[in-house]
Formats: sequence, structure tokens, C-alpha cells
Amino acid sequence: MRRRLILLIAPVLALMLTAAEPAAAPDRPLADPAQEARAQALFEDVRCVVCQHEAIADSPAGVAGDMRRLIREEIAAGATDQAVRDDLVRRFGDYVLFTPPVRAGTWLLWFGPFALAALALLVILVRAGRGAVEAQPLSPDEERRLQDILANEKLRRDLDATSPHDGR
Amino acid sequence: MIAELGAFALSLALTLSILQTALSAAGRWRRSPVLAGAAQGAALAAAGAVALSFAALIYAFVVSDFSVSNVAANSHTDKPMLYKVAGAWGSHEGSLLLWCLVLTVFGGALARARGLPFGLKASAVAVQGALGSLFLAFAVFTSSPFTRLDPAPFQGASLNPLLQDPALAVHPPLLYAGYVGFSVCFSLAVAALIEGRAQTAFWPAWGRWVRPWALASWALLTVGITLGSFWAYYELGWGGWWFWDPVENASFMPWLAGAALLHSAVVTERRGALAGWTVFLALLAFSFSMLGAFLVRSGVLTSVHAFAVDPQRGLMLLAILGVASGAAFALFAWRAPQLKGGGLFAPVSREGALVLNNLFLTAAAATVLLGTLYPLILEAASGATISVGPPYFAATFVPLMTVAFIILPAGPLLAWKRGDLPGAMQRLAVAAVLALVSALAAYALWEPRKAFAAAGIGLGAWLILGSLAEVAERARLFRASGAETMRRLKGLPLGAWGMSLAHLGLGVFILGAVVETGFKAEAARALSLGQSVSAGPWTVTLDQVRVVEGPNYLAEQGRLTVRPSNDRGPAKTVTAERRFFPAGGQTTTEVGLDFRGLDDVYVVMGERAGGPAEPAWVVRLYWNPWVRLIFLGPMIMAFGGLLSLLDRRLRLGVGPRRRKAP
Repeated sequence: MRRRLILLIAPVLALMLTAAEPAAAPDRPLADPAQEARAQALFEDVRCVVCQHEAIADSPAGVAGDMRRLIREEIAAGATDQAVRDDLVRRFGDYVLFTPPVRAGTWLLWFGPFALAALALLVILVRAGRGAVEAQPLSPDEERRLQDILANEKLRRDLDATSPHDGR
Repeated sequence: MIAELGAFALSLALTLSILQTALSAAGRWRRSPVLAGAAQGAALAAAGAVALSFAALIYAFVVSDFSVSNVAANSHTDKPMLYKVAGAWGSHEGSLLLWCLVLTVFGGALARARGLPFGLKASAVAVQGALGSLFLAFAVFTSSPFTRLDPAPFQGASLNPLLQDPALAVHPPLLYAGYVGFSVCFSLAVAALIEGRAQTAFWPAWGRWVRPWALASWALLTVGITLGSFWAYYELGWGGWWFWDPVENASFMPWLAGAALLHSAVVTERRGALAGWTVFLALLAFSFSMLGAFLVRSGVLTSVHAFAVDPQRGLMLLAILGVASGAAFALFAWRAPQLKGGGLFAPVSREGALVLNNLFLTAAAATVLLGTLYPLILEAASGATISVGPPYFAATFVPLMTVAFIILPAGPLLAWKRGDLPGAMQRLAVAAVLALVSALAAYALWEPRKAFAAAGIGLGAWLILGSLAEVAERARLFRASGAETMRRLKGLPLGAWGMSLAHLGLGVFILGAVVETGFKAEAARALSLGQSVSAGPWTVTLDQVRVVEGPNYLAEQGRLTVRPSNDRGPAKTVTAERRFFPAGGQTTTEVGLDFRGLDDVYVVMGERAGGPAEPAWVVRLYWNPWVRLIFLGPMIMAFGGLLSLLDRRLRLGVGPRRRKAP
């Protein structure tokens, strides 16, 4: 019985909770459009710390609103983008930025893709080069046969080129 | 009773799949067509059994049988019928059953395929059966959707309201059809490794057999991902369409591997070359699919899309991935050195271009893999937590793909074996000049000036014009008479049209993505009735807010007028809602979309902000220029894939009733 009562109450409670949760204060854009643009660009790179893979630019969560306000305040106070980032990392850790730091532990992450592409390109070029070396020069007999084949192919191509007359 | 029937059918399907593996392997071993035929029968029966089981689950959802715990956890009597049915695959258990259904149906199709040599087909059917057995066993023993509850609750907990959207009906089935379709490529690849054909004549035929499956899966996956992206775009209310979220990445990795596979299979089919590489990609594509299943269902990553599942079952999925992919790649490592594909080619040739395509697509897939797994690995190894998000992919993935796109239009104009690069460039000169002009025009005319966006527009135009130039070249446009051009156009094989369309669609997508990213504008303000907010060239006025009652939710519905800020153009009314679902206590947004040509004016109703005296609502306004191209482009690509699939040359082995004329 008690359980059923809880089941009945739960939605009402949830509604109250939603209403009780302080709605994020509406964003007040900075007066200077250039500063506001910088703030907006930063919002895209900052992760909302209570959300799931969401930038504070997108998140409706209260914390995200607080973080946006914090960043706007710092920018208005004259902080550079880098200073704002550094401050955020100091407060929340590397996790807060969607751009991972470049340090020894993340070299593989940052340079791995390019290293892989370069390595693969190298392998392909070396193989192509080796293939060229392995090709033996043709004997005079083979050369003659090749010329025959080429001549035939040329003949066929020429036939193909007379297309205005076929299909009629 | 129906639920027990479903559970029984699921167990039966597991037994049939094991039987399929055993019979087909025995049939291959003893060269017995009878045993192999029985295995094919078992494959069809397994598909039938899973379909029966799936139907039973849908039935339980339709009649709201809350004694089935999965229904109780994910449904509600007030839910509209569409979401009752689609709710069957809205949870981990239900979607796993859908996964098994697609896996066994593809297995049945493979069993019915004609034209494959006996040994290869028997081996492939055995491997496909083994994959089916693994996933069905996982479903039966850990994730059965038919577990009963006693006592049954009077009401269900309802489905996550974010999922209550018509897209739920089509997005997962298409996505899974794509994901799991690659299982057939995987099976054919393992079978080819087992058969270990050393003769070069085998590989072109194998390329032809594997290509339709790869094409179909890739096209379905393309549509599935695009639908998912569109769904996230209008449902989440964030104004974005791709977030480099780990789960999005999980679907993108098989797509990239599949795209690489399509291209390398062409080389294998036409020239017998790159056989080992094509086999590798076929293994990789489905391994990425399985990796995605693990990532999404194990709870190891945080994402909007992830299923909340206990780590125990996640570990079992990891084990399945390890067993299936581990065995396949071990076999590959053992057999690959013996795979001798024929077909020498010069670096500048169609083959060379396709090798470059593969290099960049694979490097791009590796980037996505790194970006997705690195935070997990780093945290496990050193305890450091990092986030890998859009800026990382913009710095790694985008440059790699940009290089690939610059090279792309030249590829189809190069001949096989030895291509004529100056000739190809000459034929692309007009397209290159026009692309350059569009980039410069975009830079000069589009405010605010953005060099990157202008370059991106040039790149998109380059792909579109390059594809057109290629068709024009094949038709000898302006070089032959009009009638001759028409005759040539009509004579072009569907596969050629498909390729050109797919490349063109890619260009359309790039145009949309670049313009949307470069020039979108957004604004948010707390509006009282009658007040306005502007973003880009649009102004939105809040006219009216009322409370509406939906079937299973309450909503605050705002009516807003969208008009051009300079009043040059018609005004339109849109409605945007903020819905509250009492069953789960969640709130969702219904975006108001004003579709203006290629652009969207996108309006989100936020929470109430003002006091009781003068109520106000936070309204977020996004102007997303050319955003429709982002969704149109991939659809064109998928359509191109479909056209290629219909090409006569590929029909072998797919249509069971069609026999090749002698």
C-alpha cells in the first residue's frame, strides 16, 4: 500500500522538484559584441561538468549557466581566452575543456592520426618503388609481343572512336 | 503465454544458429551438399524464429502486458500506439533482439545467395551462424526481454520521452540493418581466409560477391546515421546536428570502414589487387559495429544515447568482440602473407587513387577511434581525465578528410593500371576554376568574412563540379553531338551514376556543414508576450503561450512569429513546446522549425523566467543557414549506393530467382 502511495506521489513530487530547481538565470550577453563573440566561441569548447558530453553553449543546466556567467565576467574583466581556459582547468581539471591538452600522455592522441597516415603513405611509396625495381626489362621477343598487343589496343580504340556511325 | 512463446522462439533460434554453424562446418569438411543445405535451412529457420520472438515482444508492448518486466520498464498505457510498437526496441534488451533479428535475416539472405562456390559459401554460412550464436546466447542468457514480473504493476514506467518521436520507428532499424549488414562481409572475409585461395582468379570474384553486401549495409547505415543526426537536431533543442559524442562516433567508425571497404572492393573486383587489404577492411567494419555495441551498452562512456546497462553485461559484450574479432584477425595474420592478389599498377592510376582514398578513410576512422577511446584508456592508465570533443576532431579529422576530398575528383578520371594525371587535371580545369571562383565569391560577398568557411565552400563546389565533370567526360559533353551525348548518358552503367551521385552528395553535405558551422547565429532572451529576439537576419516574436495536454504529457506551447528583420519577406507562425511527462518526471523540448529554403529558423521554448506579475519565457533562437543540405547530402549518397546496388553487374548472388543467361 505504501509503495503504491509513493508511486502516486512520485510524479507530483517530480513536478514540484522541477519547479523548485532554480532556473538558470537568463544569459545576459556582454555589451561589447567582440567580447560576446569570444565568450560564445569559448562556450563551445567548455564542457558542462554535470551533463553528458554537452558544451555549456548548449546545456540548459543551472551549472552551465553559472559557468557561462563566470566566463563572461572574466572576459569583461579583460582576461585573454587562454587565461579563461587556464582558470577553468585550474578549477575543474583538464576534463572541462573539449580540447584535450597537448602533453606527453596525449601525443599519441594528437599526432597518432597524422603519424599513421604518413607511415601508411611511406609504406605505399616504398612498395610502389620496390615494384618498379622488381619489374624485369623485357626480352626482345616480349617487346615485340607487347607492341602487337598495344597496336591491337590502339586499333580497338580507334574503332571505338568511330561511334557516330554505330548504333544507326 | 505470448511472452513465453517469444522466449521459447529466442532459445530455438539460438539452437538453430548453433546447428547452422555445426552443419555448415561439417558440410564444408565432408564436402556434403546435403549437410550444407541443411545448414542453410537452419539459417532460414533461425531468422524465422527470431522474427517470431520479435513479433511476440511487439505484441507484449502493444497490449501493454506489464507482467513482462521490459514492457513495464519501457511502456505506459497512455503512450501513443506508434511508440508502444517502437518502444519494443527502445531499451537495451529490445534493441539487442532487433540486432539479432537483423543478424539472422542477413544470415538467411546469405544462405539463399546463389553463385557462390560451395566451400566459400558453406564456410561463410558457418561463420555467420557462429556470430548469430554468440549474440543470441548473450540475449538468451543475460538480456532476455521476456522476463516476467510478479506481481505485475498496474502501470509502466514509460519510455524516455526523448525517444518518443516518430524517428524511433525508423532510425534504429535502419542503423542496425547497416551495422549488422557488415556481418555478412565479415563472414565472407573469414570464409575467404579459411578457403585460403592462392590463385589470383579467386579474388576478383570474391570482390564481386562481397561488394553488394557492403554497398547495401553502407547505404542503410548512411540513412540511419543521417536520420539519427536529424533526430538529435530537432529533438535535443541544441541547434546542433553532430556533437562528436562517443556514441555518434561508435556509429561513424563502421561507416568510415565501410566506405573504405566499398572502394577497395572495387579494386579487388576489377583488378584482383589489394585482396588482403579488402579482407582486412571487411573484418574491421563489423568489428567496429561490435565495438559500438559494446561502447553503447557497457556504460563505459557517458553519452546522451547510451543505454544504462550494468558493467557485467558490458564485459560479456567485450568478450564477444574479443572472441569474434580476435579469432578473425588472428586468422588474417596467419593467412594474409599467402594472399597474393594480382594486378600491378602504377602509383598514378585508378588503383593508386583508391589506395589513397583508403589511406585517408582509414586514418580518419583511426582518428575517431582514438578520440573515442583515448579518454577511457588514459583514465585507466594514469587516472587523468580528459575530454575529447569537437575542437580535437576539427584539428585532426577535418584536415585528413580535406586532403582526401581535394584528391577525390581526380580518381574517377584516371585509367586503371596507369593513369594520365595531366589529362585528368585538364579535364577538371573548368571545375577547378569554378570552385575557386565560388570560394572567392563566398569570401567577398558573405558577411562576416571567414576564410575557412570560404575555403570549405570552394571544397564542396569542387566535389559537386568534379562529379559533374566526370559525368560530362563520360558523355563527351560538347565534344560529341548532342544525340551522341544522350546516347552515351543512357548507356552509362548504374554503378557509374551511383558513384557520381555519391560523390556529389558528399559535396552537398560539405556545403551545408561548412555554411551552417561558419555562419549560424543564435540568441537567447527571456521574452514576455509581444517581445522579440533576433539572430542573423531573423526576428522572432512571442505571441501567445498556452498549456496543452498531450496523450501522456503536459506542455507549455508558445506561438511565435518568425519574420525577416528587414521585413522583406513573409512572416510565418511556428509553435514550440516544452513538454512535461508525469510518468517519468522528465521535461523535453519540441523545437519550432521554420523551414526557409535551405535554412532553418529554429526556436526553442525554455523555462519560465519572469515573476507571476509579468510572466516571461526564455526563448532560444537559432538561424542555421543551409542546414538542410547537411541532411540532403547523405541521402543523395545513400541513393547513389542504392543505384550501384541495382547495377546489373552486381546482381549476381543477391537475387535468388534471377539466373544468369548462359
